Amino acid sequence: MDPSHLRGEQYEDEHVHEVYEQIASHFSSTRYKPWPIVERFISTLHPGSVGLDIGCGNGKYLTVNPDIFILASDRSPNLVRIASTHNRPHVSLAADVLSLPHPLRTFDFALSIAVVHHLSTRERRINAIEAILAMLRPPWSSDKTVSGEPGRALIFVWALEQKSSRRGWDEGDDQDVLVPWVVKGGSQQQEKSSRMKQRKGKKGTRGSTMEEQVPQPDAETKPGPRAPSEVSSVPESEGRCNDKDSSKTYQRYYHLYRKGELEEDIETAGGTVLESGYERDNWWAICAPSMLNSYSTGS
Amino acid sequence: MKILTLNFVTCARKACKASPAAFPLRPREAELEIVEQDINPLFVRNVLPRLEWDALREVCGELGLQQLPSTAPSPDDLFTTTPAAADTAMADAADAHEPRPSQLLRDLHTLLLETTMRSGKLVCGNCGHEYAVKEGIANFLLPSHLV
Repeated sequence: MDPSHLRGEQYEDEHVHEVYEQIASHFSSTRYKPWPIVERFISTLHPGSVGLDIGCGNGKYLTVNPDIFILASDRSPNLVRIASTHNRPHVSLAADVLSLPHPLRTFDFALSIAVVHHLSTRERRINAIEAILAMLRPPWSSDKTVSGEPGRALIFVWALEQKSSRRGWDEGDDQDVLVPWVVKGGSQQQEKSSRMKQRKGKKGTRGSTMEEQVPQPDAETKPGPRAPSEVSSVPESEGRCNDKDSSKTYQRYYHLYRKGELEEDIETAGGTVLESGYERDNWWAICAPSMLNSYSTGS
Repeated sequence: MKILTLNFVTCARKACKASPAAFPLRPREAELEIVEQDINPLFVRNVLPRLEWDALREVCGELGLQQLPSTAPSPDDLFTTTPAAADTAMADAADAHEPRPSQLLRDLHTLLLETTMRSGKLVCGNCGHEYAVKEGIANFLLPSHLV
């Protein structure tokens, strides 16, 4: 893993933004089943609610509730184009979580699913959560409410503690990893996915054993920002990802959240955690702007 | 990009967020089209109080759309118990007296959800930055020197 002082915006351009641009259609073909907690959050919103899906990817949450209005954005224009093909009655646009093009303190809800973990320093992750919270109608405002409730955000991040997943990361491992995405063949969407699994040795060692690629039938059914062809931060040359001439490996940066860290970051960003939990390799939290945060005095 | 969107976007630059001049973004060289969508009366009724009506009026003026009244319509005007002429034939006795979407509600639906900007620019009234809209998708990614 690259040292933290090299990480930041340019690092994310290479290890997040450009990767998603390149893998957009392949990525999208593996992601169409909504995760249960996200689906529950969206489907229980009051009709007429207006909110944001920040990091909408292929727009898979835009089909859940037709009685609300979602402004869905993603940093990858290629993913936004895919999302726009099935976004009615919603809208999709290209935007960056750290420069959101929306008025402050306006929205009933915000989703940010598998986004914050792509920011490569703690400061930038907290800035991203601050930016999400700043979009929400704060609890002290009764202005223009549909439900009478303050705005809430649902944030999902990938967990460090996923011992039973095929990656096997767990407490004590390096939290900053590059995760390969392998696109095989010329036609991204037609290639059948495969996966590689890494077995860990003792805590702290990594990448000792690679398994054969095996078909992975559960790519669409299990939640988690997981790729069909991922291994953890094993250098490309050690893996067997490029065993076909036509395959190409892209390295995505992730910060794997340890238990309690998402809640800490939300509170540091000026939010209050209303509900939180763990679901299949991910930490999630529903949060709102805190009564104590700096926006309370804003106009 | 639906006209409703313009009520919920502003300049992406931090320095513009606090400026009233940045909202709404000004559409320029807009190519509009109507993309039909099923009417959702409950949604229109509930979203109406959420709108910045003055901003919507301004945008409609810039786009050369219909002149909107100076204040937002009352929710009472959105439904009628008199069946619209076009619906009379289909309405049976049982639901003839149910509240029905008024013409005003239908017009709002067409304006907010069916009228879309296919291409053009959205210009910040504070800093002058132009955001492109292509194939119905607005791009708010800033060049790095403006972030």
